[in-house]
Amino acid sequence: MPIDQWLPGILRAGALIALLVMLFILLFLIGESWPVLSKLSIVQLVTDSSWHPLEGAYNLMPMLTGTVLASTGALLLAIPLGLASALFTVFYAPSYLAVSYKRLIELLAGIPSVVFGFWGLTVLVPLINQWQPPGASLLAGILVLTLMILPTVTVTAHAALAAVADELVRNAAALGLSRWGTIQGVVLPAAKAGITAGIMLAAARALGETMAVLMVAGNVVQYPETVFDPVRTLAANIALETAYAMGDHRAVLFVSGLLLMGLIMVLSAMAEALEKQQHV
Amino acid sequence: MYDVVRNRGLRKLREYAAQCLIYTAVLLISAVFIWLLIDLLRGGLSHLSWEFITELPRDAGRAGGIASILVSTLLILLVAVLTAVPVAWMTAVLLAEFVATGSWFGKAVRFSLHVLAGVPSIVFGLFGNAFFCVYLELGFSILSGGLTLACMLLPILTSTAEAGLRAVPHVYRLAASALGLSRAAALLHLILPAAAPVMAAGLLLGIGRALAETAALLFTSGYAERMPDSLLDSGRALALHIFDLSMNVPGGDEPAYASALVLVSLLLGINILAMKFAYGLQRSKLMS
Repeated sequence: MPIDQWLPGILRAGALIALLVMLFILLFLIGESWPVLSKLSIVQLVTDSSWHPLEGAYNLMPMLTGTVLASTGALLLAIPLGLASALFTVFYAPSYLAVSYKRLIELLAGIPSVVFGFWGLTVLVPLINQWQPPGASLLAGILVLTLMILPTVTVTAHAALAAVADELVRNAAALGLSRWGTIQGVVLPAAKAGITAGIMLAAARALGETMAVLMVAGNVVQYPETVFDPVRTLAANIALETAYAMGDHRAVLFVSGLLLMGLIMVLSAMAEALEKQQHV
Repeated sequence: MYDVVRNRGLRKLREYAAQCLIYTAVLLISAVFIWLLIDLLRGGLSHLSWEFITELPRDAGRAGGIASILVSTLLILLVAVLTAVPVAWMTAVLLAEFVATGSWFGKAVRFSLHVLAGVPSIVFGLFGNAFFCVYLELGFSILSGGLTLACMLLPILTSTAEAGLRAVPHVYRLAASALGLSRAAALLHLILPAAAPVMAAGLLLGIGRALAETAALLFTSGYAERMPDSLLDSGRALALHIFDLSMNVPGGDEPAYASALVLVSLLLGINILAMKFAYGLQRSKLMS
């Protein structure tokens, strides 16, 4: 039948487009970054005195520090909270409560980042401002990011915990281990790879998050001394300056985009490797 | 003996402490979440009205409504979905039905989708700006924004559709071929209908993601709040409207609250519908 002969060809064309999109993204990011990658040296992005793009000073380090600090802070809060949530739904809660709590977390996952940012701006920032001005700060960014990555940590940890073989848990019970003893001694070690993979995914999400952090973190290019100082992240910097950037400045922004993408790809590759390990 | 008793006491304490900490964490998260929802509802409902949905924004969005913004959002979504869906579903059919998992073409496509899934939305925005706005000379337009979102939607649409197709029992294909159906006919009349609910769920999730997106649209679809004349006109998406009102418009908080409520309700509806379709399929798989 003729249609069966040309059907795979048509489908291939569609798949080829998907492949081309990826290639184009890489090509255009590298192409737009090229002026900096070839002319200015990469080292300059670390050694320049400051970030004054209009005067040709392109030090990305304060922004990179901001990104890393905000993501790390959010992870430090989201990991225990997310893990506790997952343990709650799997081992502690009666089933009706577990189901409704899971719904709540899924609902939280469905709230768009701009709404988190808006809420942070109108509620959290004034609260922090009363305590330690100016309010728009690294802390506000960390708190908002925590809320955003919490569902990722919870959902992946829940999946990893639920995947632990039933017989392991029953054996532990037969040996007379207490609930926490079972969790600490049997379940957590068995689910370690899956939980870590989820944390990597959450970290990737935190690194790439733009709008929420942009709205609450104050966006001052500096190394923060305390969590109450405003910071600017790499992603926020791209969002703030791309609209008017020209020439080398624009190229540096594309370099920072490449850098972000690289970091995130490394994290998600690690997550994937860990997930494979879990399934073996 | 004394040691054993003390150990047992310690263990009990540890048991109790763990339980306390876990319950505290859960209560804290629930409290913050309910706080957020109540804030959104209280702030939004006081400003939300029929006029807010149907009127054009005035005075930089402080007064009037969001009619033109809803129209722009809808157009951006339409462009994104209409371009992404054919490509994504063709790719999914190819990957699930026609290509061996080990073939180089399948591997290459899968790898590129995997990379795409990891690209942060702000980087999609950069690409969209460089490619659609500047290179293809589409400028800040609904078309540029929609096409940028289409690139972003490819991985999620493909992976959900592929999962749906793979969940169709293999017996169907064998039976179809035993009855002498062509592969195209089997696909059209048997396999695609069987996979349709999951594909629909994936589509809804994709629409939800596009609706929530802000960063990728910042410098692709532009900021103009007027009613768009054509796809080449700049148009402001709802999420971007919230951003602009809260960051750049002093006194824009009330309409921002109302817009946020509209956006969250839309997303909620879409997600609930998607979950209905995907019932039985691994939720966590679709969520992450």
